[in-house]
Amino acid sequence: MARQTISCEWSSKPRHYLQECQKIHCASEEVLDHPLKPLVVTVTESRVVRRAFGGSTTSSTGSSTPTPTLDPLGVTLDGSDPLSQFACQEMDPLSKMAADSWDGIPNSKRGIDTTEDIVEPWSARKSGILSKFTTSEKLSIVTSFLSGGEKVVVKAQSSVVDKVKNRLEQLDDFEEGSVRQMLDLSQQEYMGRIEQLNQELVQAWHHDQRVKALKIAIQCSKLLVDTSVIQFYPSKFVLITDILDIFGKLVYERLRTKAEYYVPGSKTPTALPENFTPDMVPESAKETCRNWFYKIASIRELVPRLYVEMAILKSYSFLTSTEFSQALLRLTRMTRGIGDPLVAVYARCYLCRVGMTVATADREYIKENFYDFLATYHQLFTPTIRSELTKLKVDLSTYLTLYTPALDWILHGVATNAPEKLLVEILARCKEKCNSALLLNSIMAAFKPVYIASRALQFIELLSACDEEGFPQYLLFRTLGLCLTLADPPADVRLQVLNDVWRIVTKLEDPGHYISCAEVWIQFAVKHFSSREVNTFLGDIIRHMTPDRAFEQYYTQLQAVISKILMHTSDFESLFTMDKFLPLLDMFQKESIKVSVCKSVMDSFTANYQESTNDPVIINALMFICRILHDSVNALTVEDEKRQIGNLISAFVRNVEYGRDFEQQLSFYVEARSAFTNLDAVHAHLVHSVNRLAVETRCIVKGHHTRKTAAFVRACAAYCYITIPSITSVFTRLELYLLSGQVALLNQCLGQADACFKAALSIIPELPPTMDVDGKQKSTEPYLVSYVSQFLSTLLVVPDNPEQGVLYLTRALINVLQQYPWDLSCNAQAVIYMNVLDMLTAASQEYYLYHVEKVDSNDTLYGSDPKFITEINKMCSILLEEILIHLKNLGINEQYQAQATLAVSLFSRVVIRGNLKDGALLNLAVNLWNLAQKHNCVDPKQVTKIAEYLKKKSLQQDGNVYSELLAKIQFRKE
Amino acid sequence: MAINLDIKVKRANKVYREGEKITGLILIQSPSDIKHDGISLTMEGTVNLQLSAKNVGIFEAFYNSVKPIQLVGMTSEVAPAGKIPSGKTEIPFEFPLTPRANKILYETYHGVFVNIQYLLRCEMKRSFLAKDLVKVAEFIVEYKPSGSEKATPHPVKFSITPESLQNVKDKSRIPRFSVTGHLDSTVCCITKPFTGELVVESCEVPIKSVELQLVRVETCGCAEGYAKDATEIQNIQIGEGNVPCGIAIPIYMVFPRLFTCPTLSTSNFKVEFEVNIVIIFQDDHLITENFRIVLSRY
Repeated sequence: MARQTISCEWSSKPRHYLQECQKIHCASEEVLDHPLKPLVVTVTESRVVRRAFGGSTTSSTGSSTPTPTLDPLGVTLDGSDPLSQFACQEMDPLSKMAADSWDGIPNSKRGIDTTEDIVEPWSARKSGILSKFTTSEKLSIVTSFLSGGEKVVVKAQSSVVDKVKNRLEQLDDFEEGSVRQMLDLSQQEYMGRIEQLNQELVQAWHHDQRVKALKIAIQCSKLLVDTSVIQFYPSKFVLITDILDIFGKLVYERLRTKAEYYVPGSKTPTALPENFTPDMVPESAKETCRNWFYKIASIRELVPRLYVEMAILKSYSFLTSTEFSQALLRLTRMTRGIGDPLVAVYARCYLCRVGMTVATADREYIKENFYDFLATYHQLFTPTIRSELTKLKVDLSTYLTLYTPALDWILHGVATNAPEKLLVEILARCKEKCNSALLLNSIMAAFKPVYIASRALQFIELLSACDEEGFPQYLLFRTLGLCLTLADPPADVRLQVLNDVWRIVTKLEDPGHYISCAEVWIQFAVKHFSSREVNTFLGDIIRHMTPDRAFEQYYTQLQAVISKILMHTSDFESLFTMDKFLPLLDMFQKESIKVSVCKSVMDSFTANYQESTNDPVIINALMFICRILHDSVNALTVEDEKRQIGNLISAFVRNVEYGRDFEQQLSFYVEARSAFTNLDAVHAHLVHSVNRLAVETRCIVKGHHTRKTAAFVRACAAYCYITIPSITSVFTRLELYLLSGQVALLNQCLGQADACFKAALSIIPELPPTMDVDGKQKSTEPYLVSYVSQFLSTLLVVPDNPEQGVLYLTRALINVLQQYPWDLSCNAQAVIYMNVLDMLTAASQEYYLYHVEKVDSNDTLYGSDPKFITEINKMCSILLEEILIHLKNLGINEQYQAQATLAVSLFSRVVIRGNLKDGALLNLAVNLWNLAQKHNCVDPKQVTKIAEYLKKKSLQQDGNVYSELLAKIQFRKE
Repeated sequence: MAINLDIKVKRANKVYREGEKITGLILIQSPSDIKHDGISLTMEGTVNLQLSAKNVGIFEAFYNSVKPIQLVGMTSEVAPAGKIPSGKTEIPFEFPLTPRANKILYETYHGVFVNIQYLLRCEMKRSFLAKDLVKVAEFIVEYKPSGSEKATPHPVKFSITPESLQNVKDKSRIPRFSVTGHLDSTVCCITKPFTGELVVESCEVPIKSVELQLVRVETCGCAEGYAKDATEIQNIQIGEGNVPCGIAIPIYMVFPRLFTCPTLSTSNFKVEFEVNIVIIFQDDHLITENFRIVLSRY
């Protein structure tokens, strides 16, 4: 092994870059077509044009060369590609599937489908209701299906004692002895119990205990009669109707799948298809279905009977396709028997909900439901209800808000696709009622905002009249505001609308009520009025929020105000000229909220404000906001947060542009640096910005710096040099030093460039051994290799400092590399050394491959002085020795694969860069080759490539050495 | 006991009319061969009358129960003594549904004191040691469309006020109220719901519930005279809680199957129906308004 590690004197091969370049330059010719074009332009313009697949490459459009024979692909596709074919269908496949899953009469299906799309699904409202209507009071459940709780004796309620208790009556009576009443349940426990009932039902169903399942459904709906904890009622409704929905679905699906349907022509029974018609249903299935309805019709109590029938309403489609409208109307009328208006309105709500899922286009019943509610509306304000409410300790306005979810849903059903005249009709009927606030609120929420907006003044008049007790007036104005954000009232009344509304809203004393209106109306103001009005608006908000530090309670609303202003303002100038905007920001005194508000301001600034600014007002204001953001960063801030803030501030820095006033720009950067000291990202961005500034300066003077510009670019370089050290990341620092050095070099600031490079070299040892890449720890050596390579390519053109020795930066680099704690099992160090070798050979040429304009590189400085060349060769020899030592070590450690790879690359280096006429080098090459071949670890492809290269070279002039080399090494025949 | 004996009639709803043929299958399922001494199938229809203890003495009720009236009876030997192979065996059968002489096939009715029932009884006689296997299946008889009366609407209006009440002891304790309404018909088709409307015009005290009570009135004739009993079939709530005043609340009730039949009046027994509208006040006082109704099949 030792014989290979001979030290060897290096001498570089002289290169003539210009000549080489000319030799390899290809002849170019002018073309008219883009070579890739025909592949792209085969899209057909219309369905008639047949696709020319793989059409001739010369034609510019595929359609111009119709293929005479029918293309098989074209035939199947009918001249259009599958995507556009799908697009041509009136329905996309998904909605088609959805439409098909709605059973029903095929001919009316289309109509339903369209309305389905428009009606907002109930599920969207569910969570809202559940979170809004909560209680801290204790609830109770009476049921026979849950364990725990105390036993109670429920008396049979039938007034005539019967000695035969028949099946019919047993259905809705509790099983004797098993009834348990659970008292004192918290809301959470109560919901848990209901969920338990739900599971119990599904389980019973799957264990073929269908009567038990029905009983559970009945007991659940019985819970809806109980209004004892009235604030929770809407949520209870949501929970229980969920169970009923499941029950209905179970019944329906079972009937469908159990029905033995014979597909025409087939003898084996299958389940009914999803879109069956009643005449396809076999008699036995109809009988089972009828049995369900008979059973339910005999449920004693009204409310459970109604709810359970509604739940399985969809199953009517097994019996008849026409009964839905009748059944819906009948159920609507039967609901009138429910005395408690709250229970009744929710029963109606469920009816409308179920009605929308069954196959009927008839919506008359929804209107009927609403008018029935109107007819009993006065009930809500009767003394009986009031005394009930005082007993429950609930005030009237809270009570009325309990109606909104149900009423909204019913009216929503009425209003969907309704013509404008229906609104007029309904409005007229509602006006007749006193205390119509609740109704007006739901009307505004349900009807198309356009209709509401065009009557804005009329509504304001109506709403202003609703100042008696009952439904809170502020909610009305809030709802109106919401409508007007969706649709604009006529332009000529807008100001009057705002004035009229605000005359009332500003009088609201409760800051909570006030802000919930303001939060909505600010959007109206921002959308339609100038910053002057908005400013007044903001002033009003501040005035209302300041007393008793009310703002502390309403941060979310205030945040919404800000975000709405931001959403509709693209003009930041006017935003910051409003003297009330920053005071509004000041109201956020809780650190975390303040930061998130500032973030949203910056977000919208970066998103909306594309062009740069130099407006001092904006800059000052944004600087203020960014400082808040920056100051929120501390040692505990998570990385992601830092990154976000860093990005926002960087975006701000990027947007500030003083045009040709470079001095001003630089001083802004100086200010920014002092303001945002904690964020790496911002510093890095600032360094980039300043570098850009320097390069721009150079562009303007076209490389000829005047004294003034020279001083300026030096100032830029100095800025970079002193900013970089405050960055924590070693990687960023390394890159920025290199970049700044390059920029300095470009601007002929040699001293500054030197300083930057030196600084970069000094921190290479600080590089951590591993870094985090996508959450995995990876060695930094590949990074270092690429960084050093880049560094070297820069060093080639850096002129030597006359006060220092020859190539002192390169030497310094080699020294640093030598000290670096390399992982010896890896070739990284040797690879870098080979790269240095490359660079040094390039440095020994008479003319360098590239130069920096107006900077004299070493080729000019030394003029290929023999002393200089010797110096370089000396360095090369040392490097070569280092590499050879490494090779030897690899051999000792038996890492033959790595050894072979390295040997081959060094071999290529020697052959390409080295002067082979030097016998020692030739010898070295031969030895390296043999070493590489020794353990048979070289990729045979690479071997053949090298062989080809050598053969080619040997045929050229001066090819003797190569032939000599070829003769000396043998290619193993595989 | 792994042998499974079952009777399946062809119609899913098991409803047959006079003159029709009852067809079906006897299903025998067994893991092993069965030896038997013959399988027979009997069709029978009977009216069972019972006297209530309320009308006659408790002993009479016990001893004097009226002899059942057989409406139809027919037996056929399905299979002679032999063996039935293991597995599933299906034996088809067919009976013409015709009444015995001088008898009428009444509709199936399940009551308290009167029961009209039609059964198919399959019996597998087995040897001395093994128990006989019996399976009973009920089928339902309805009147034919022809020859039976059709319900002609007979609307009734009603108005309930304190003044209209009977058997009140203390008039002064009755609150002021007025309930009006109408029934669409007191002659009803049994397959159609019982409908009408009810309006609480005014009421001094809150109402707890408004209910419809369906009552059967069964009369049995015996040596000592008639025994008439009214019992509840079902009770359907149509108004829950304090129902709103001035709004028409629908009266809607589906007649339960089996427990109702067309009104029946024969020399030996009668089955009649009544509907009570019951208004229960918050203080549990209740007012009842009674309506006799006539049910018919068509």
